[in-house]
Amino acid sequence: MIKTLIALIYSMFIFAINGLSTPYKAYRGNIYAIVAMSIAILWGLFELNPQYLVPSIIALITGALTGIIAAHKISMPNLPQMIALLNGLGGLAAGLIGLTETTNTDYHPLLLLFIISIGFITFTGSIAAFLKLAGIRLFADKDTLQTISLIILILTIISGFYAYHNGGEYLWGFIALLCLWGLLFILPVGGADMPIIISILNSFSGWSTVLVGFSLNNTLLIIVGTLIGASGTILSYIMTKAMNRSLRKIIFSPPLAITDDIPDKNKTIHQGSPQDAAFLMENANKVIIVPGFGMAAAGAQHELANMAKILKTKYNVEVKFAIHPVAGRLPGHMNVLLAEADINPDDVFELKDINQEFQTADVAYVIGANDTTNPLAKAKTDSPIYQMPILEVEQAKKVLFVKRSLATGYSGIDNPLFYANNTLMLLGDAKEVTKQIVANLEE
Amino acid sequence: MCLLDIFILSCFIGYFAIWSVTPVLHSPLMSVTNAISGIVIIGAFQALNNIHAQNEAYLLYAAIFFASVNIFGGFYVSARMLNMFKPKDKQDD
Repeated sequence: MIKTLIALIYSMFIFAINGLSTPYKAYRGNIYAIVAMSIAILWGLFELNPQYLVPSIIALITGALTGIIAAHKISMPNLPQMIALLNGLGGLAAGLIGLTETTNTDYHPLLLLFIISIGFITFTGSIAAFLKLAGIRLFADKDTLQTISLIILILTIISGFYAYHNGGEYLWGFIALLCLWGLLFILPVGGADMPIIISILNSFSGWSTVLVGFSLNNTLLIIVGTLIGASGTILSYIMTKAMNRSLRKIIFSPPLAITDDIPDKNKTIHQGSPQDAAFLMENANKVIIVPGFGMAAAGAQHELANMAKILKTKYNVEVKFAIHPVAGRLPGHMNVLLAEADINPDDVFELKDINQEFQTADVAYVIGANDTTNPLAKAKTDSPIYQMPILEVEQAKKVLFVKRSLATGYSGIDNPLFYANNTLMLLGDAKEVTKQIVANLEE
Repeated sequence: MCLLDIFILSCFIGYFAIWSVTPVLHSPLMSVTNAISGIVIIGAFQALNNIHAQNEAYLLYAAIFFASVNIFGGFYVSARMLNMFKPKDKQDD
């Protein structure tokens, strides 16, 4: 009976993930997962020794309320923070379970040490990711932080040996060091690498579940945990591919060198006004919009949707959206924001599907994206982003670049597009600029 | 079948299941996996049945609380997102 139940639960989870293969089946997939989880929880409560039942239910309900309130309040541009935090709590729950198992001699101490390590590192690493996404500044420079985190890592490993052999007090020291290392090792990572870091922490929360499954001899935890671990691992693989960066570089490399080889005399920009932009777009046949993190930060997706709608209906312009895999701070972040603004998903294209279309576009409207469009990635072999696949916006007849200032992107490299003859810079807040363009289009 | 076999086979299922997910839904994928990582709550229930001291129970109640935040927060935020991706003509029913 119980085996059948377990089989039902994990099958439904697999169906749920499979449902995400198309947007049409996805909502139903989520419901499968909810039903499976409900069965699992009810089964767990049913098996529970009655003396623990009431406090467990209280913990469950308060947790549920906290989760629902947080999930209800979070705005879509801030979604990465929420995901980061949830990753951390998953790790923490696993870590706490591992911790309570240490008094039981049935379990292998090495396995428990692994559960505790991964669980607590996921927790504090996610807190660090959350703080970075919320925009805190580092209190020390990147190099110092990396040196300190290396020292702490060595101390953590040493204390791990003591905890393994002697347990007790040493275990607490080990956990404290682990937590500290988790924080320090994520803090120096740059903002644009966040999609990768969040994916890795996501996979960690899955692997810690798998380890708990091994310790408790629980097949359900192993199967479901592996699904999560695979998801995070594959997502981080996709992201590193899309940036042409290795994991080692992201976590351990020193800050990227600023290489600037555009002669200053060529550095004149052509600055445009929202009126110019509106004029160019209403007379175009085809406009491709390239959103990036700047759009999310400014919350400009609704204005952008409005602009696309007016261009389509009033001026009969073909409007498409082009999304780079690492745009934003979370895999698929841009897709969610565009969907929130009711933009038809059929108008939204991935890098490989739209790249050749820039040649036939009259206007490329780049809003809050920078490094993902930088032609240096193709031309300059010593550039830190060399060979990173980019959206070839420079192929369009006219490039409209919405940007707050002329500062370089995350990678610290200048973008020759700013100075190109067919580029018009629209300096200002992404939301404000788009709003003014809409006002001009409506006239 | 031993646990290791189950783990290895699950890795293959996970590999194929995740690659089938469209890049458009990568954010919901993350929040759904956030939610189902709350399955570790089962581990907490199971561990509660085998504890030796009362203070361990408190740690496990905390684990239940955090896993529950994951489950409900994760599913709720996934539902919010996936609702936006629903085809418009079907959204009214």
